[in-house]
Amino acid sequence: MLSRSSTRAAQRLLRTAVHPSQRINAARGFASVVQDGTTLQSDLFKPTKYGGKYTVTLIPGDGIGAEVAESVKTIFKADNVPITWEQIDVSGIEGGPSGRAEEAFNEAVASLRRNKLGLKGILHTPISRSGHQSFNVAMRQELDIYASISLIKNIPGLKTRHDNVDLCIIRENTEGEYSGLEHQSVPGVVESLKIITRAKSERITKFAFSFALANNRKRVTCIHKANIMKLADGLFRGTFNRIAKDYPQLECNDMIVDNASMQCVSRPQQFDVMVMPNLYGGILSNIAAALVGGPGVVPGCNMGRDVAVFEPGCRHVGLDIQGKDQANPTAMLLSGAMLLRHLGLDDHANRISNAVYDVIAKGNTRTRDMGGNATNQDFTRAILNSMEKAL
Amino acid sequence: MFALRTLAAPAQRQCVRAAPRATVSFARQAQRQYSQERVAKFNGKKDADGKFPVSLIEGDGIGPEIAVAVKDIFAAAKTPITWEPINVDPILKDGKTAIPDAAIESIKRNKIALKGPLATPIGKGHVSLNLTLRRTFNLFANLRPCRSVAGFKTPYDNVDTVLIRENTEGEYSGIEHVVVDGVVQSIKLITRDASERVLRFAFQHAKSIGRTKVRVVHKATIMKMSDGLFLSCAEQIAKEFPEIEFDAELLDNTCLKMTTDPLPYNDKVLVMPNLYGDILSDMCAGLIGGLGLTPSGNIGDECSIFEAVHGSAPDIAGKGLANPTALLLSSMMMLRHMDLGQYADRIEKAAFATLAEGKALTGDLGGKASTQQFTEAIINKL
Repeated sequence: MLSRSSTRAAQRLLRTAVHPSQRINAARGFASVVQDGTTLQSDLFKPTKYGGKYTVTLIPGDGIGAEVAESVKTIFKADNVPITWEQIDVSGIEGGPSGRAEEAFNEAVASLRRNKLGLKGILHTPISRSGHQSFNVAMRQELDIYASISLIKNIPGLKTRHDNVDLCIIRENTEGEYSGLEHQSVPGVVESLKIITRAKSERITKFAFSFALANNRKRVTCIHKANIMKLADGLFRGTFNRIAKDYPQLECNDMIVDNASMQCVSRPQQFDVMVMPNLYGGILSNIAAALVGGPGVVPGCNMGRDVAVFEPGCRHVGLDIQGKDQANPTAMLLSGAMLLRHLGLDDHANRISNAVYDVIAKGNTRTRDMGGNATNQDFTRAILNSMEKAL
Repeated sequence: MFALRTLAAPAQRQCVRAAPRATVSFARQAQRQYSQERVAKFNGKKDADGKFPVSLIEGDGIGPEIAVAVKDIFAAAKTPITWEPINVDPILKDGKTAIPDAAIESIKRNKIALKGPLATPIGKGHVSLNLTLRRTFNLFANLRPCRSVAGFKTPYDNVDTVLIRENTEGEYSGIEHVVVDGVVQSIKLITRDASERVLRFAFQHAKSIGRTKVRVVHKATIMKMSDGLFLSCAEQIAKEFPEIEFDAELLDNTCLKMTTDPLPYNDKVLVMPNLYGDILSDMCAGLIGGLGLTPSGNIGDECSIFEAVHGSAPDIAGKGLANPTALLLSSMMMLRHMDLGQYADRIEKAAFATLAEGKALTGDLGGKASTQQFTEAIINKL
């Protein structure tokens, strides 16, 4: 068994070994951006089928992950979706044999790189300073899945405090405040670096505009704090404004992040597509998710040039309700449906998402977070019944 | 006095560290020292008439109108305060934005100020005036309570949150540079001293307003060192306040839970680093209807400035339509800070009653009343 420090060193070696190819990928990404002006098209990479089936990496994640992944597998199987799952049980919870977590993580990254497609729950991150770096963040950085998308929309029949919310949060996933670069200058004085680059700002804003066009959206709002962070967020906003000129058919504006969060809880209807650096995305996706019913109902995905990983749009582990069969699989199911649409399997996607919406709208079978008292299994069964009836 | 306190502070800290090993009497002494030595205690002096002089920055746009409203209400309530109007139009001193010396002297003398909205001149190379004031007087904590106003309906009822934000460092340290063209580094600075200071203030404030829980909001899962330092400072300071329940929550969870249902936060004081505080305090304001209804206090060791955080609304300036509620509520916070709570209670009661009644509301709250009519309605209630 490797000791802790040596595993970490090994991991670091592996990372640097991995880097050159990534850098080429990144460069390729930028080049294509400049050439054809659409990142979205080139990013929609379709993996090849083997034996009539797609292989998709499934990482259930910690907390409620295993339970909701089980629902997804059951429902996908019932609909004969042509997908073979390659399940990898990564866990961010410490306590297992040392090195096992890193091993599983590396295996997951390799599998995602091979399959180009994944469905993923959320991995736990410890607070302690000696604990490992967030696997969620590391995975995004390593696979360069730079664009996180959270789709926030009222689900018909599920009454919340706000109506007619239909917005989309696009968040830069690989730099900003989550760079992981921190140091202690002298005891009691810590610096944490936020990195903003023109290239990555350009890439994410282009993605946002292309996404807006492809999905018939009207307006793109850039969220920033350029009045205080004049250089960093100034670069992000400046890049946004420059790219915006290439999309005259879309309405563009920008808003300061504190105002945006205030507007989000008072008049969320004004927002359409929002694009922002990493940390603000974390904050706003949580605020916005709460508007429509919480993390259990918000789907999302992380897009890169080569790999797309679909995961719930509001990233909560749900350790508190783990194993109680209370989890709401809607977010994971709808993320799964997004994955199916990404593959062009729209029929399957529609059948599944319609069944989910149907069960929620009827209101007899709802999980706790949606104001009902059904278990995850009850809810899953109700969806299966609804799918059967629709046939 | 101030110098003395700063000198005493490190000594106190040593006392606490030594406390477990020290004798009981020594520990008790250290404790007593704490309960007496409030962070940011008001030390203003009364003038010859027995009134406290307060520096008043009327501000731009609607500022002068809402300042008149507050002055009228204070006069009607016979609060022992004299206003000392000052001008803070920015000047450039050695190429840096600064406020005029007369203003600085006034605030330093009175130790307290009330401030209306200021418009930062755009494109003249000025740093925001708010930031300049914060830096000049080292206002380390921003205190932002948000309470639902009966009479103004929002999707959220009975909100009553108190949020304290570290005001001097963090993401807004202002340390930024371009590494190479197209790559910018912005530094989030967290120091033990500043963190301990704001955290201690948070615990003391919780005690003074009768709340029994303090919660730190952080993102130490990702920023293990910087937010980790803030969190570990909090854990240490919490030991000085055994009567107050302390816990920590991840930023994501706070955002989610507060927006879903803010009521569980009504018995807590939230304290957090700069950026999170900035965003969350405005989000809380959104829950109750916007910045027009929320007060704010900037607390420093020597001086404190209470302010309306909304904009200067140049579009309705001079028309007598502005809503003075935010500045009025800020002045209530100011009175309480000056230990004049009895006046604050009276005015606050009258103001909330007027708002709840809904007869004399200003345009932003869906009414038709002018600033003056609203002010008179409050004065009548006094």
